Amino acid sequence: MEVGKKQYKAWLYLAPTLILLIIFTIYPLINTFIIAFKENYNYLNIGYGKGPDSTEYEFSSWGLANFKAIFTKGDFLQYLKTTMIIVFVSVPISVVLSLIIAIALNSIKALQKFYQTVFFMPYVTNTIAIGMVFSVMFATHGGLINNLIKVFGGQPQNWLGGDLMDSAGNSLYPSYWKSMLVLLTYITWNALPFKILILLSGLQSIDKQYYQAAQIDGANKMRIALRITVPLLSPQIAYLTITSFIGAFKEYSSVVAIFGNQAGPKGYRRQMATVVWYVYDRMKTSDMTKGMGYAAAAAVVLFVIIMFFTAINSWVSNKRVHY
Amino acid sequence: MDIRLVNLTKVFADKDSEVRAVDNLDTVIPSGKLIGLLGPSGCGKSTTLYMIAGLLNPTEGQIFFGNADVTQLPPEKRGIGLVFQNYALYPHMTVKQNILFPLQNLKVPKAEALQRAQKVADLVAIGSLMNRKPKQLSGGQQQRVAIARALVKNPDVLLLDEPLSNLDARLRLQTREEIKRIQRETGITTIFVTHDQEEAMSISDEIIVMKDGVAQQKGAPQEVYNNPVNLFVAKFLGTPPINVFKGYIKDGGVYIGEDRILETELPEQEVTIGIRPEGFEVNEDGTGDFTFKIKLVEYIGRDKSVVAENEYCESPTFRFIVDADIKNIVDGRVIKAKIKPHKCFIFDKLTEKRLQ
Repeated sequence: MEVGKKQYKAWLYLAPTLILLIIFTIYPLINTFIIAFKENYNYLNIGYGKGPDSTEYEFSSWGLANFKAIFTKGDFLQYLKTTMIIVFVSVPISVVLSLIIAIALNSIKALQKFYQTVFFMPYVTNTIAIGMVFSVMFATHGGLINNLIKVFGGQPQNWLGGDLMDSAGNSLYPSYWKSMLVLLTYITWNALPFKILILLSGLQSIDKQYYQAAQIDGANKMRIALRITVPLLSPQIAYLTITSFIGAFKEYSSVVAIFGNQAGPKGYRRQMATVVWYVYDRMKTSDMTKGMGYAAAAAVVLFVIIMFFTAINSWVSNKRVHY
Repeated sequence: MDIRLVNLTKVFADKDSEVRAVDNLDTVIPSGKLIGLLGPSGCGKSTTLYMIAGLLNPTEGQIFFGNADVTQLPPEKRGIGLVFQNYALYPHMTVKQNILFPLQNLKVPKAEALQRAQKVADLVAIGSLMNRKPKQLSGGQQQRVAIARALVKNPDVLLLDEPLSNLDARLRLQTREEIKRIQRETGITTIFVTHDQEEAMSISDEIIVMKDGVAQQKGAPQEVYNNPVNLFVAKFLGTPPINVFKGYIKDGGVYIGEDRILETELPEQEVTIGIRPEGFEVNEDGTGDFTFKIKLVEYIGRDKSVVAENEYCESPTFRFIVDADIKNIVDGRVIKAKIKPHKCFIFDKLTEKRLQ
């Protein structure tokens, strides 16, 4: 009786959060799966059931038609490739870089707080604002990067579209990999502050005696970093790797921040489109009877991919992480 | 290899204060011996150990290992092994990896390293635990792993920081014998730091008693116990502790109150008198020189531990030990005892230096 009463109270306190979660997270999640398997889904006709014509009925049939369509028609596979490149380049680089910066920050005494603040600044700055700064920096004409290249005597590049000719008079166009370089630089840089913060607090909680012991044991700086610091930081590193993998698979706002909602340099629409960009694009702009189903199918595909890599990540960290 | 500390000084300073943790320490630690650095917390014993290890830089003074001045050498070049108070075993490595770590840093070939690790593990009797993680070991086993890790690179000097403080009472007895045995078998110059006088006295070849960063006395444990140079050393050594009384010297006699307890050649003055618990001789007929009232008698097997009262004692009661056979010791009775001269020390009232 006593237990039952307490449980009732607990549920009561949880209710506001639970209700919101169910309405805005769990129901849409389940519904996305359902929609993904409905051919010619039209959300204006919800409740009209299955029928031959989706101008009058909600959908025409159950099946894998949406999945078949996104993999065979359009550029979904290209967007998937772009997303994969973002994930497998930006996550390792940003984790390793933030680890190096955190260790360096932790080893200096003077101005440590000042540098901590400096490195944390991007985190509190608006993503879109930083994206615009990047697009100004990489601007084809008058951008900081191209100006620097000029100072060192190089050939300015067409990063973000516009007209540009080299000295021989040939036109330069923004290529996929040039756009990718800009995007990866931005994503990596943007991902650093939070990681540095987490790693730095992890570093500061490591008992100093391990370092004294390692010093007595004659380990040099590199060995101390690799054999003492990294293993002792492994819980933080695993946490960051898993969450940034998930985050990078969902990359969207960085693309919009740099390239706008065209997802590419001027005149190169969708060059840098990602899976999530595709989901938005299908939902908003394509025709009523196909778009929502395609978007749902793409979301399900992304969900499965993220599940798969997260499972691998946690399997690896179960073996490698020392709590 | 002997260790010489020359005017070793460590000052910890911050904005508004400075602490002389170790003050002009000047001593020689003989080769191949087990030396206990003994003192209450904050006396500078651990600081001294860390300076010998090279983890702290002395403010002044020098450290010699044999004839070599190692004052400026980093820890890894000094050829020392250090066992930390809480062992500092690498939690993510197995016992074997922990012991191998110093050898890997020295780039010892793998086969030789494994052999040496196994040998030293067997020496400290953890040879069968090589694949466990530190968390899976008891405190005593962790302690042994830490000693093995310190010994595996064949250091010239082994340093132990409060090696027994994290163990329970029974393990402590066992481990201190173990440390003594390992030290004997390896013949390595060993310094260990402790605040527990019993621990230091039981296994050390020599002890150095420290107070406020200053070495008070150095010598064989029994020698220091029998001949303390000052009141601090006398109080610090011995369980139960020495009993301290206010007294004076008059007409060639030592007095506590009205009782003339001993003869002396010291000039007349006020003194502080220390009497070891075993320095009281109670006769069956109750005759003697020193009068006191018995508060409580405890039987501890072979001996009786007696709590008694005397108004000139520095503390409300004092405690002494006599043979269990002596019969006239009963609660509440006022009796007399003779004082054994060699168990009674007379100190200057102000400087607390030993007078006799």
